Amino acid sequence: MTRLFSARGWIALVAFAAALLLVVPVLALAVPEGSALHLSEYWVGLGGKFLCYAIVALAMDLVWGYAGILSLGHGLFFALGGYAMGMYLMRQIGLDGVYHSQLPDFMVFLDWKAYPWYWSFTEHFWYCAALVVLVPGLLAYVFGWFAFRSRIKGVYFAIITQALTYAALLLFFRNDTGFGGNNGFTDFKRILGIAIATPQMRVALFMLSAAALLGTLLLARWLVSSKFGRVLAAIRDAEQRVMFCGYNTEHYKLFVWTLSAVLCGIAGALYVPQVGIINPSEMSPANSIEIAIWVAVGGRGTLVGALLGAFAVNGAKSFFTQAFPEIWLYFLGLLFILVTLFLPRGVMGPLQRGKAA
Amino acid sequence: MRSLFLAALLALAALVPPPALALDAAAVHRLALGDTSNDKIAAINALVESGDERAEPLLKALLAGSVQTSGDRVLIVQGDSAIDALSGEKVVPIPEDASNVVLNNRIRGVLDSAVSALRLLSHDQATRLKAARELADDPRAAALPVVDKALARETDPEIRGVLEIVAASVHLHEGSKAERLAAIRTLASSGNSKTETLLLPLVAKKPDGSWAEPDAEIRVAAQASLADVRGRLAWGERFGLLFAGLSLGSILMIAALGLAITYGLMGVINMAHGELMMLGAYATYVVQNLFHAYAPGAFDWYLVAALPAAFAVSGGAGMILERTVIRWLYGRPLETLLATWGISLILMQCVRSLFGAQNVQVDNPSWMSGGVQALPNLVLPYSRIVIILFAAAVVGGIWLLLTRTRLGLYVRGVTQNRAMASCVGVPTARVDTLAFGLGCGIAGLAGCALSQIGNVGPALGQAYIVDSFMVVVLGGVGQLAGTVYAGMGLGLVNKLLESWSGAVLAKIAVLVFIIVFIQKRPQGMFALKGRAVEA
Repeated sequence: MTRLFSARGWIALVAFAAALLLVVPVLALAVPEGSALHLSEYWVGLGGKFLCYAIVALAMDLVWGYAGILSLGHGLFFALGGYAMGMYLMRQIGLDGVYHSQLPDFMVFLDWKAYPWYWSFTEHFWYCAALVVLVPGLLAYVFGWFAFRSRIKGVYFAIITQALTYAALLLFFRNDTGFGGNNGFTDFKRILGIAIATPQMRVALFMLSAAALLGTLLLARWLVSSKFGRVLAAIRDAEQRVMFCGYNTEHYKLFVWTLSAVLCGIAGALYVPQVGIINPSEMSPANSIEIAIWVAVGGRGTLVGALLGAFAVNGAKSFFTQAFPEIWLYFLGLLFILVTLFLPRGVMGPLQRGKAA
Repeated sequence: MRSLFLAALLALAALVPPPALALDAAAVHRLALGDTSNDKIAAINALVESGDERAEPLLKALLAGSVQTSGDRVLIVQGDSAIDALSGEKVVPIPEDASNVVLNNRIRGVLDSAVSALRLLSHDQATRLKAARELADDPRAAALPVVDKALARETDPEIRGVLEIVAASVHLHEGSKAERLAAIRTLASSGNSKTETLLLPLVAKKPDGSWAEPDAEIRVAAQASLADVRGRLAWGERFGLLFAGLSLGSILMIAALGLAITYGLMGVINMAHGELMMLGAYATYVVQNLFHAYAPGAFDWYLVAALPAAFAVSGGAGMILERTVIRWLYGRPLETLLATWGISLILMQCVRSLFGAQNVQVDNPSWMSGGVQALPNLVLPYSRIVIILFAAAVVGGIWLLLTRTRLGLYVRGVTQNRAMASCVGVPTARVDTLAFGLGCGIAGLAGCALSQIGNVGPALGQAYIVDSFMVVVLGGVGQLAGTVYAGMGLGLVNKLLESWSGAVLAKIAVLVFIIVFIQKRPQGMFALKGRAVEA
């Protein structure tokens, strides 16, 4: 059993965890408003969003960086987790909707009289929490089983996953699908009976996301440094040889693929209560490709790089879309091109120079 | 010299007022200024008798209550100005003593049928046909005398057919039993979709369960005719679907053709393919604007210039991309995917900055508007027909290029075995650049074609990109036939499914089908056969 982190790595991790789980809550809640050190709700919300993105980036790094499977459909799993959580949040609105009905506003609008069957039990938090894991997991498992069995890989796999998320986007855009169509779910009031828009709740969700991120990081780190991770990397580098060595590569790929989807689902479920909306645009192919660029910028197959990439690209996005909205796409486009051309191993590449890849 | 003379002549003609309406002046005066209703009706009949369709605006204006008289001038009022009904001169302002011509209901009735009669009896065949079709859409008993009169002198078989159906639809509810039965049989030969609604009441039941039509014989005849009509309408719908499928298929085909070439050759999926289509569409837009500005007379032929322009712009952009970006990413197809996505973002934003985020207007040349009435309820738009033919021409051209030219030979060689082709002296690097340029040029042509039937906006490419990928995945690479069959097949299946499950579910069904299909044939329908373990 190899060590998960070096001594310096552990120190950095603990410092990171302390910053997220102790410093941020104190700055946001204990430090009085108006103080220079006070962290406003906006920043807590933004930070929480980024933490969810970072989980997705880690999940992406697992499949792309370690197993060599580029998915252009990870946004779908993220959105499905979000929708599963959104269903619970919609039920929690209760009678406080615009139409004061038991049903969500969009169903009243469609003149539906009762919840469709797939909405049953969604008023229970634990059931929805199970959906958050099961729906993306099952979909990924079935899809992956088909895809890996017929040895679809590389560009073909990427294109098919893109088609998958595109199909889901079309499906969720329909009003008849029963998930709010174009507008999706929004206007959430409370979670577990507690009001959702309070600073305390924001900080709690932030801390939950931070804990999930740390857990994901440890899990991923443990996976990739185990024998399993070594087989994955071997599959990435020479799948044929691994097969000839007697490994059933299909199982390895299917496991990491499904795990990655589940992690995305959890990230989505944490994301939705923090941003207060989930709609089909999360499933657009463009979103999923952006996930790939986070990982590419940071450096594939490093985990830490994926984290850095997610924070850096999304930070840049928040900055540009507010300050210079028309430049953002130029910047993002150039980022795609320059990183692939000049930084094939991401920013972690130069940092790790000298070490074995 | 001659054209100059012609232009001068045309300019001169524009200065001369239009020729005076040669309406029967006496009849017009009687109509507008006549004392009794009988006077006016006689005048209307005289106008109809003359068969002069220039009386139509006057009669219509009269019906609309916008005819005024001033002294013995008859004016057709249009807003603040008026037109002299006889001379066609513009009269501004309207004289103060002008007063409305007053009509009673009797005259109105006569006028109403006179307007249609005038057109039915017109000398112009097209006008008669149009009038007859309008009547067929809205058959009225009042029109019957006119229809009979028109039938008596009509010689054109098409117009006769339409008129007979008009007469039959009127006779259907009025007249003797024999007349009604005859009418029902005549209607059976009609393909007008309204016929169905005309016949339906005859076979309907009242709420209490009894038949709405007491006569059993008529009911049976109506039932038979209804079946005939429905059968014919169903054919129209089937052909319509087939045509829509063909049209969508040919668009998918040209959109995917370039993609298949570059993917087959370099293993590179060009995510910016859709944006190169968009560039082609915008090139068409620019050429169109240039023609509007500098050669409005030749506007009908702007496509002749737009096609090479679209090909050159997209192809040139493609070659630059290959040289600057894609070349450096060989052997890393996944990274190429990301880099070309980045290119697509930049191209989209560029177009947005240059032309604005709104859709731009690309006009069809006049010969492309309108369509062929293939069946009574099926019109095939010329633009779609042209695009199907165009797609066929592009495929033919590419086939010739690939099989009959040296570049084609090289492209095929490199696609099949890059290393071996290089060994025998094929300049693979140059072939890559040229083939990539070719693939992107075809995207430009596709964009030019799309600009004729859809909106042209910065997001144009996005709408087609996933579909064209699916064509490539389904068809496999390396053979033209794969793209042709897959494109056409997807287009047809999409439209057929759309007709019974709606557009979105059809798309999803097709995607699911493709995912299942590649279980069986992971390399697409037409894979190149080889011995490589890793294809």
